[in-house]
Amino acid sequence: MSNKVIKVENVTKQYRLGAIGGGTLRGDLQSFSARIRGKEDPNTKIGQANIRNERFLALDDVSFDVMQGDTLGIIGHNGAGKSTMLKLLSRVTAPTKGLISHNGRIASMLEVGTGFHPELTGRENVYLNGAILGMSRDEITSKFDEIVSFAEMEMFIDTPVKRYSSGMYVKLAFAVAAHLDSEILVMDEVLAVGDMKFQQKCLGKMGDVADKEGRTVLYVSHNMNTIRQLCNRCIVLDHGKKVFDGDVEQAISVYSKADLNLLETDIDLSQKRMKHLESVKAKAKMMRIRLLGKDVPTYNADEPIDLELTLVSYANIDNYYMRIEVLGMDDVSIGAAVSESFGSMEEGEEKIIKFRFSPHELVDGKYKAVLLMFEMNEFGNHRDLDGIFPCFIFEVQNRTFIEWRARRWGSIRFDDLKLLD
Amino acid sequence: MEQKFTTVIKPKRGLFELNIKEVFKYKDLILLFTKRNITSVYKQTVLGPAWVIIQPLLTTVVFTIVFGNIAGLDTNGIPPFLFYLCGSVAWSYFSTCFTGTANTFVSNAAIFGKVYFPRIVTPISVVLTNLISFAIQFTFFVGFLIFYIISPTAKVAPNYAFMLLLPVILLHMALLGLGFGVIVSSVTTKYRDLSMLVSFGVQLWMYATPIAYSLAEVPEKWQNIYMLNPVTPVIEAFRYAFLGAGTFSIKYYIISWASTLVVLLVGILLFNRVEKTFMDTV
Repeated sequence: MSNKVIKVENVTKQYRLGAIGGGTLRGDLQSFSARIRGKEDPNTKIGQANIRNERFLALDDVSFDVMQGDTLGIIGHNGAGKSTMLKLLSRVTAPTKGLISHNGRIASMLEVGTGFHPELTGRENVYLNGAILGMSRDEITSKFDEIVSFAEMEMFIDTPVKRYSSGMYVKLAFAVAAHLDSEILVMDEVLAVGDMKFQQKCLGKMGDVADKEGRTVLYVSHNMNTIRQLCNRCIVLDHGKKVFDGDVEQAISVYSKADLNLLETDIDLSQKRMKHLESVKAKAKMMRIRLLGKDVPTYNADEPIDLELTLVSYANIDNYYMRIEVLGMDDVSIGAAVSESFGSMEEGEEKIIKFRFSPHELVDGKYKAVLLMFEMNEFGNHRDLDGIFPCFIFEVQNRTFIEWRARRWGSIRFDDLKLLD
Repeated sequence: MEQKFTTVIKPKRGLFELNIKEVFKYKDLILLFTKRNITSVYKQTVLGPAWVIIQPLLTTVVFTIVFGNIAGLDTNGIPPFLFYLCGSVAWSYFSTCFTGTANTFVSNAAIFGKVYFPRIVTPISVVLTNLISFAIQFTFFVGFLIFYIISPTAKVAPNYAFMLLLPVILLHMALLGLGFGVIVSSVTTKYRDLSMLVSFGVQLWMYATPIAYSLAEVPEKWQNIYMLNPVTPVIEAFRYAFLGAGTFSIKYYIISWASTLVVLLVGILLFNRVEKTFMDTV
């Protein structure tokens, strides 16, 4: 049975917008006396009259529990409150409302290498940093060799850290933090630096910390791949509120399509246009798409996706073609399909075309489809006429007969292997 | 199922909730900070720790020339050099404790913003660091003291019994410096004005304390007010013990302790209030 190690109850963190106070004692006294006399605050800037007392909720009534051994990912857009959450957990600042209770020590790696003193050697800094993070001198001594060899720093350990490269710096700092004996480890995008090899090593180490030692890891990142690799549960924050708590893949899809009208089969495209085409004068526009024969865009294995598209042209087009690009929910390109020429259009013509898309190599999962219309000249140069990103979302089911490890195998299932005679 | 938690983070904290046990758990950090403060200051300097001695030595030389020779102030019959050295060594301990702790929050904002540890650890380590500098300076002073005691021309008669008070005097100065420093550091998280005042305020303060002259120089009618400066009785006690000069007034010494404790208490109160959320205002 697993224990609760962290309990976050109705936590709210409020900040005041604008500058806090006048910045000087004199300014604040002026404002204060003006308020008492009922006069206008002399320090208010023009047009700023109301901002002074406006509140901003970085976290708004967030509650969750973390069990022992959990590796909990926290994702969300910039400003969603992720870092504020970690700051509260690591007691850098206090919540405005609510309670946070936890069992055991929390070691935070909000930014590795804080507390490193440039003039001191690597060795001295390991001790100093360890102590800042809450280790005793004896604990550090007993782990010293392990830390140094993890950081691959044997040669440089007695050199002042100001002579280190930034990679060396981070490696050493991470090594110290990762060898903490704390029951809970809090990390904020620490893996952003360091080469690929070291990043993988760090992820491996973090995984070990959770799986083998039963410690709890809280991890904040924008890198969905590391979240996938490390976490077994994920929380999505949006504007200070918790919007999702649970499975990692679902959390990632909640996060990455937060603003889409999801899973529709009849979509109005007339107001949408891809960013890079916005400045181009439209020769044609896609107006509406329907996923034929479907109420929900879910497709079984080998079932083709039949589409009905409404087009309008604003100029004569000799040859137009269609292209569908398929992306994962994390916006990574997977593949594309292109059409033969669908013919020509005359100025002002409105057309309804039907065509078929059969992505039967895709394994189970949800995908984004980007729909593009383009023309091609006699030299084979093509130019996009209109495009919509993402145009629709579809889900493939029952395609794989064994558990498909998409994390490592990718999203394409090629033709099955065949035994040769 | 309700569970017990070892730590609970609440929005506000009680006034006197200074967690001594927690501070003690971080004793290694205090020591390492102290070590860092000492070693990092003198890295890449030729003279290294010799600077600890050079600073009070030069001050003393200047005082001796300006106040002793040019102004010709009375030094209670003590050789001027020894008199000024004694004063500036004692003063420098107090003033470094004060200025060193006065910018705790602002200069450590980077670390404080990333990790939690009891914030009071930093000012404590500053006081310890300065204690070590003081020890070096003090040894240096004792060397001169012995030289003058042995030398037949000078009449220096320390009150040896009072020398036992040295730890109390040091604690007194440390607490006083810490108290004032912590108050300033808590207030400067929001208003930087005070930090401007500190560096030259300390200098002014020194002239309000009998460092560069003896207490006897102060007019009789001002002495009552003058002695209320909490540093004065401490300096006087120090000088009385080691040089046998001046007077030791129990009354003012106790008043000084009382005001020290008040300052310290106010300091810790403010510090406690500020440390939880100072990251949002600093």
